[in-house]
Amino acid sequence: MTDDELIWRISGGSGDGIASTSQNFAKALMRSGLNVFTHRHYPSRIRGGHTYTEVRASADPVESRGDGYNFLLALGDSFARNPQEKSVYGNEEIKPLSENLDELREGGVIVYDEGLLDASEIPDFEERAEENDWHVFPLDLRGLARDMGREVMRNTAGVGATCALTGMDLNHVEDLMRDAMPEKILEPNLEILETAYDQVREEYDVDAPDVSVPTGEHDETQLLMSGSDAISYGAIDEGCRFIAGYPMTPWTEVFTIMTQNLPELGGISEQVEDEIAAAALAVGASHAGVKAMSGSSGGGFALMSEPLGLAEMTETPVVLVEAMRAGPSTGMPTKPEQSDLEHVLYTSQGDSQRVVLAPGTVEEAYEQSRIAFRLAYEYQIPAILLYDQKLGGEMTNVPKSHFDREPNPTLGKTLSEDALADEPHSTDGKFHRFQHDVEDGVSPRSIPGQKGGRFLATGNEHSPTGHIEESPDNRVAQIDRRTQKLEAIRADLDTEDTGSYAGPEDAQYGILTFGSQQGTVEEAVGRLNDAGVSVKSYGVSDMLPFPTEQVEAFIESVDEVLVVEMTASGQFRGLVQKNLGRYGERLSSLLKYNGNPFEPAEVVDGFEAAIIEGDGDASGHQTTFVPAAGD
Amino acid sequence: MSTFSAIGEEREIDRDEYTPDVEPQPTWCPGCGDFSVLKALKQALPEVGRSPEETLLCTGIGCSGKLNSYLDTYGFHTIHGRSLPVARAAKLANPDLEVIAAGGDGDGYGIGGNHFLHTARENHDMTYIVFNNEIFGLTKGQTSPTSPKGHKSKTQPHGSAKEPLKPLSLSLNAGASYVARTAAVNPNQAKEIIIEAIEHDGFAHVDFLTQCPTWNKDARQYVPYIDVQESEDYDFDTTDKVEAAEMMRETEEALHEGKVLTGRYYVDDDRPSYGAEKQAIGEMPEEPLAERYWDDDYEWERSHEKFLDKHA
Repeated sequence: MTDDELIWRISGGSGDGIASTSQNFAKALMRSGLNVFTHRHYPSRIRGGHTYTEVRASADPVESRGDGYNFLLALGDSFARNPQEKSVYGNEEIKPLSENLDELREGGVIVYDEGLLDASEIPDFEERAEENDWHVFPLDLRGLARDMGREVMRNTAGVGATCALTGMDLNHVEDLMRDAMPEKILEPNLEILETAYDQVREEYDVDAPDVSVPTGEHDETQLLMSGSDAISYGAIDEGCRFIAGYPMTPWTEVFTIMTQNLPELGGISEQVEDEIAAAALAVGASHAGVKAMSGSSGGGFALMSEPLGLAEMTETPVVLVEAMRAGPSTGMPTKPEQSDLEHVLYTSQGDSQRVVLAPGTVEEAYEQSRIAFRLAYEYQIPAILLYDQKLGGEMTNVPKSHFDREPNPTLGKTLSEDALADEPHSTDGKFHRFQHDVEDGVSPRSIPGQKGGRFLATGNEHSPTGHIEESPDNRVAQIDRRTQKLEAIRADLDTEDTGSYAGPEDAQYGILTFGSQQGTVEEAVGRLNDAGVSVKSYGVSDMLPFPTEQVEAFIESVDEVLVVEMTASGQFRGLVQKNLGRYGERLSSLLKYNGNPFEPAEVVDGFEAAIIEGDGDASGHQTTFVPAAGD
Repeated sequence: MSTFSAIGEEREIDRDEYTPDVEPQPTWCPGCGDFSVLKALKQALPEVGRSPEETLLCTGIGCSGKLNSYLDTYGFHTIHGRSLPVARAAKLANPDLEVIAAGGDGDGYGIGGNHFLHTARENHDMTYIVFNNEIFGLTKGQTSPTSPKGHKSKTQPHGSAKEPLKPLSLSLNAGASYVARTAAVNPNQAKEIIIEAIEHDGFAHVDFLTQCPTWNKDARQYVPYIDVQESEDYDFDTTDKVEAAEMMRETEEALHEGKVLTGRYYVDDDRPSYGAEKQAIGEMPEEPLAERYWDDDYEWERSHEKFLDKHA
């Protein structure tokens, strides 16, 4: 038990308001001066089913979920299916309490709604509580809420009890409720909050548990933001005013945020018949001169393969986002995984000519969303932002100043009519849109409606005017030019500093990871070094074009490298080896694919087992070790 | 110079402007009905006053997709079945463009059928020409969604067991606000219908019977044809959905009995286009979005001022 952080878990059923309650509580903690980080766990179900959100709060920076947690607020699943005799579901109602006990730390606090939950139905509950020194507070939250307002307000009663037991000042919570709640429900909620707070303080020794809200201070305004928020705001600040999509978890978040904000900006959002159409609309809008995006998750992105290839061949700038979830096929819709990496890199026929960026944090999600748009439009190439259910949904505090940057609505190398007049044309007036020899491989483009800009965009191989052309010389010239863009983009990305390094530069060992596991790996690196293990990490974001030099330098600088990723087949390790062409004997893998993101302790234990002890047997964890080639 | 000065320019347009130097002669087979679509477009566009540089022609894949190589406008030769989503987004991005989409019966009624349904339903202001030859031509004669029942081909050696798709009825029920059928052998009617379709403010669907002399000899030349507006045998109101539906049903059944009925079937001039509907609910700007990126005075808003405070 560490007493310098609170990891509060609120559990209930889908539809019980877990997400909004936890978001408000996280914001209250942030406003009190703490750094916060949330982790969501939920089923693909409208109502009922065990769901929880964890809010981790500390005066120190937090970039990851923690190891287990120390405060449980179990509300009970009010949509649980009826536990009839011989029911296959078991008693669902009790799950918000029973399912969360394994990860509760020693000395932790349990507040549960005895109005809904009967702890005696959980085998050995009292023994386990005693053994683990848990402090258990059965409170009739439902009864209290019902007496003073409505039953659904039991979440508020639970938050009041939490504040009482953790020493959290009610002011921050009350302020937030005033901001977030309509007048009609505000008063009863405030009353319930205070009553629950007072009741707990009167009836119990609230100082008994060694769990409290730490105190901290921010020196500038903080925002509570998710990866999906950050991606959306990055797009908006790059002048994206068109989005087309089809709902799919978890990409729907970005689609929804953009759709709700675009009308206010004079932009357009289109919900369309399928993902083929969605990506094709983004291509069509971009062709007509608008900054456009689309996106999906695994299965929907599969449908985008063809329009993606069309954008590559016609050199139409477009940004697609891919929010990964566990696959294959429908997989586990609400659970994170990183196993769409190869899919996104290689889907669609022909050689890949695209940019793929995988941001590691909410801050990076904003920055790399902007970079994706900038590269797409400057280099006339599709750019894909690859993230996952974890990064999309987790919330953390980011300084407001992080977003204080100039907008960039420029279309890249797009010619005005004046400039077009000076460009090469055919005898019939056709503009040479796809010239062979141009700087960085980028041939300037025109927009339909411009005088002197007429050309044909086609998915067929084509001549400089866009006319279908299959001669060997033209083919080689065009494909070489398009490929050349990737070299220019690599050089460009080297100025952006998208990679994230942690740990001492001269460390003996290394951990490589990509995308959303970065924060967790960095926390693990800190702990390993505190424990005397000399290790550093490199979170890679550029998947294509790959930062070969940087990754090679990192591997060369250490004795051995553990590659940490949420895939079953080690896709990222494969990508590293494909690009570097060697190092098979120095790279081993720590994989996790059970539907939950890594906890820092899993990386710490996995690293020790894999690298220090060498057998990879990290007992007690559901992670998998794959040794280096030749081991 | 304004950003898109080709749009709305008042001038005489010569039909030769639509003929590219690089490939003035189409590579369609001699006697192919596709020539008639090209000819009708070359006649109609100057007549409605839409120049090559204010027109965006989006095609799919197949013999019909070659239209982009022979009609020299701004063009987007997309992928099989996907001309409509590309075209309708371009129209939303810049409603001042004249947007025309074209494809074959396999392209539009088969692989792109979902897009056809939804583009008609949404009533985008554009023209959609389907080269309907009841066969797959470019891939050498396979049975298509409009091939008649019993049609034999290399991929249906025992004759198709499927009823053909009824494109006019489908279009009407999906929500198209202009539905017509013309035939390659009827060039005057084809030109007139294409003009009406371009001028129509909404989704105008033209099912264009284009005989395939190479792979679909059964369908002959779609002669003799009957214009349902000119013939005294038919009397129905093209603004009445029920009468239009009945006339479509009769037309689609008669086709495989050797009777080629053509003409206008449904015309709804009152229904607002999708762009207008979207503007009415505040989800689309009044000024073309594509113009904004060229407006040096436009103040681009950023998330910092607009949206971030709610996260604090």
